[in-house]
Amino acid sequence: MTIFYILLAFMIIAAIVAVETTNLLSSIICIGAIGFGASLMFLFLRAPDIAITQIVVEVLGLIILIRATIARDLTFISGDREFFGVVVSVVIVFLIFLAGVEVFETLPEFGAPIFAQTPGAASQTYIEKGLRDTGAANIVASVILDYRAYDTLGEATVLFTSIIGATVILRERARKLLEEPQL
Amino acid sequence: MKGMTVIVKTIASWVKVLIFLFGIYIIIFGHLTPGGGFAGGVILAGSYILLMLAFGREFVEENLSLPVASKLDCVGAFLFALIAVLGLVFGGVFFANFLYQKYLPGRPLELISAGIIPLSNIAIGLKVGASLFLVILSLSVCCKEFRPEASVSSDQKTMGDRG
Repeated sequence: MTIFYILLAFMIIAAIVAVETTNLLSSIICIGAIGFGASLMFLFLRAPDIAITQIVVEVLGLIILIRATIARDLTFISGDREFFGVVVSVVIVFLIFLAGVEVFETLPEFGAPIFAQTPGAASQTYIEKGLRDTGAANIVASVILDYRAYDTLGEATVLFTSIIGATVILRERARKLLEEPQL
Repeated sequence: MKGMTVIVKTIASWVKVLIFLFGIYIIIFGHLTPGGGFAGGVILAGSYILLMLAFGREFVEENLSLPVASKLDCVGAFLFALIAVLGLVFGGVFFANFLYQKYLPGRPLELISAGIIPLSNIAIGLKVGASLFLVILSLSVCCKEFRPEASVSSDQKTMGDRG
């Protein structure tokens, strides 16, 4: 339980630094730290699939944001690496490695799903009652469109919003407006 | 001549129907076999993207223009939300499967069964297909606009017109 408080404090400090700092690049790196903290939290909550999704989204978002920032204000690293910075990063990487080892020992073994060990698990209920409750022979369809339809609504909303953004930015009228800024 | 060679055009015009039909099959049988709205929608968009690659953007825009595609996208999203709200009205819970065993008996493993799940699959398939088609169409419009005019020779011009 203490690990959650440590991660929470880490994420809150990173959020405060991200808001307060004047350097755009360090602000973005702090936002990345929040995301990686969240993915570590998912890992400790025994949800490795969500942790992997979170880390992939975080890495992609971080790369895009850093690329967008570097194009604005060019920052070059001059001189040698600082000794203190190297020590801190090595220690943090080692700590995260230890946390990962700790987490993967608590996960069930490969080929022994978790609903076989804990009675009354949600997935066991879906497999037993899915056909009777929803009438769908494909259990995946019965989960994503009946039991967990909220998830699907969220995914559809994300897709819809991103398409709106893409079409608004890339449409021809926006190009014409850029050429004639007086409008 | 717009688009690719005659071979590619002929094959694409034969294959597009099969791809579209396969997408519809994946969507409609989503509650019985592997697949569903998301996979089927991607296949539907794939048939139009094949047409766009083979025949050029203008040909596809005559069939399914950008405003029509965005309207289809909105209709799919609206239908999915409407199914959810109808579940609230008739079943008492948001996203309740109100059709199953109440208004629509249908045994399992039959095509008409499972209540709202096939309807949701159709709505999501419409939405995802139109969305992906919109992305490719917007990107190709954007690439056409961004082409540097100074370095374009006649050879590059025909290549750019394909997308």
